[in-house]
Amino acid sequence: MRSYFAGAAAHTGYTVRLLFHALACAFRNPRTKMTLTIMYDYGLKSLPVVAIVAFFSGMIISLQTGIQLVRFGQEEFIGIIVAQSFAREFGPFMTCIILVGTVVSAYAAELGTMNVSEETAALEVMSIDPVGYLVTPRIIALTIMTFLLTICADGIGILGGGIVAKTQLNVPFNRYFENAIESLQGRQWFGLPKDLYGGFVKGAITGCVIAAIGCAEGLTAHGGALGVGRSVRRAVIISIVMILILSFDLTWLFYRAFTR
Amino acid sequence: MIRIDGISKSWGDRHILRNCSLDVKRGETLVVIGSSGTGKSTLLRCIIGLLAPDSGRVFVDGHDVHALDPKELAALRSRMGYLFQSGALINWLNVADNVGLPLVETRNMPEAEVKTRVDNALDMVGLAGTHKLMPDELSGGMRKRVGLARSLVTEPEILLYDEPTTGLDPVTAHIIDQLIVDMGAKLGVTSVVVSHDMEGVYRVADRVAMLYDGRVIAVGSPEDIRGSMDPIVSQFVTGALEGPLSANSRGVAGKSTAREMSAPQVSGQQIPDKKEHEEESQS
Repeated sequence: MRSYFAGAAAHTGYTVRLLFHALACAFRNPRTKMTLTIMYDYGLKSLPVVAIVAFFSGMIISLQTGIQLVRFGQEEFIGIIVAQSFAREFGPFMTCIILVGTVVSAYAAELGTMNVSEETAALEVMSIDPVGYLVTPRIIALTIMTFLLTICADGIGILGGGIVAKTQLNVPFNRYFENAIESLQGRQWFGLPKDLYGGFVKGAITGCVIAAIGCAEGLTAHGGALGVGRSVRRAVIISIVMILILSFDLTWLFYRAFTR
Repeated sequence: MIRIDGISKSWGDRHILRNCSLDVKRGETLVVIGSSGTGKSTLLRCIIGLLAPDSGRVFVDGHDVHALDPKELAALRSRMGYLFQSGALINWLNVADNVGLPLVETRNMPEAEVKTRVDNALDMVGLAGTHKLMPDELSGGMRKRVGLARSLVTEPEILLYDEPTTGLDPVTAHIIDQLIVDMGAKLGVTSVVVSHDMEGVYRVADRVAMLYDGRVIAVGSPEDIRGSMDPIVSQFVTGALEGPLSANSRGVAGKSTAREMSAPQVSGQQIPDKKEHEEESQS
């Protein structure tokens, strides 16, 4: 049992070092072309699923909450609830969970396959740093794409909520969006609306961490196809747990620590 | 040029190399033979610094490979080439990009010069005109030859070949063998070749070393090895069914260990081997 925890601690240490090493490599050589390719191949192609999930989630939140608010005659405030839910928590959380399935698992599978087929060893032999070549563009790409997809998820989710508010709860569009926008401008953070940008930053930080987890699991894969499968499973599990932990920690940081 | 000084390497309780020592002179072609799983690939990986031996040292051109910092190791490796058994091509790059990769990434070479060198390297391995093919469009033998072209393109001083002709047809195997000979004779390249193909061994070798049970049991000229009275060496080179080597000799048990590499180094440190942790936790 003790050695199990020692192994887990060593692996966590490897992931953290990998993340910092990859970020350091980004300053030396950002590999812009490869980063943009990965952003398109993985990030942009995840947009449809993010949009669909966000749209329906917005509608569900609006309908479920609206039904309760109607009882008290407060349904016109539904815009505030949907906007706050998406901007502060649901947008980044939902985006990251989707990206674990679409991107992080793919990172682990790709790098794992490269590792077991000696491609990463071949890079080392050629004096090419596998971290700078393979990991840096993947981490940068997912960080940027999580930030951008969170913006899309927030917008589409709030729009979905607005459609339900109008068609099911008889709340006019302009009233819904006035309330939603006004609520998001309430708290300021470095001169910017904190609820909105807090969510985007939360998404970007979480995206960066789950990208590193996917890459670390891939680079430590061994044992052929079975080992790659194990790495993908581990990457997904660890990433989902980390999303929850980071979500709480960053919420505490933004809404408790910074207000003291 | 290369001095292997008493190296040992184990994976758990499996001893792959045991106090193994060898010298390779500048410009010489040394072929390492032995049954599958006797540590030949592990030996090559120790020479190029992909694996660290548990004990002993490896010197390349006077540098203790495993005492170098990452920058020094990268500089040393830039003078070396390594042909992997599988070719180890980067799967999203086409043939030309794979071959030119070390030049583009580490030499900052003008595009025109990269193209010329890539063309020459592909010509040398008989793959002219395959520039645009992707790795999954190539046969196993072609992949290996592309891997060889990638090793040659940097014009290395030392080349390590891990079974360069396995899986190739006899004519192509002969062409590759001749290429290895020419690299030594014309360019003075120092080569260490791991091979099972005894015909090829006699064609390319200046000296032959035989590994058995993780130890070097014989070193000599191809003629010495061919005429060896040692029953193990004799059985191996003749391929006789009867003799001390058998299918269930310990050597087979060690297969694949060398390919199960640790994770790439991060800031000069490697993650402790996961498998060891798993074994420890089970106990």
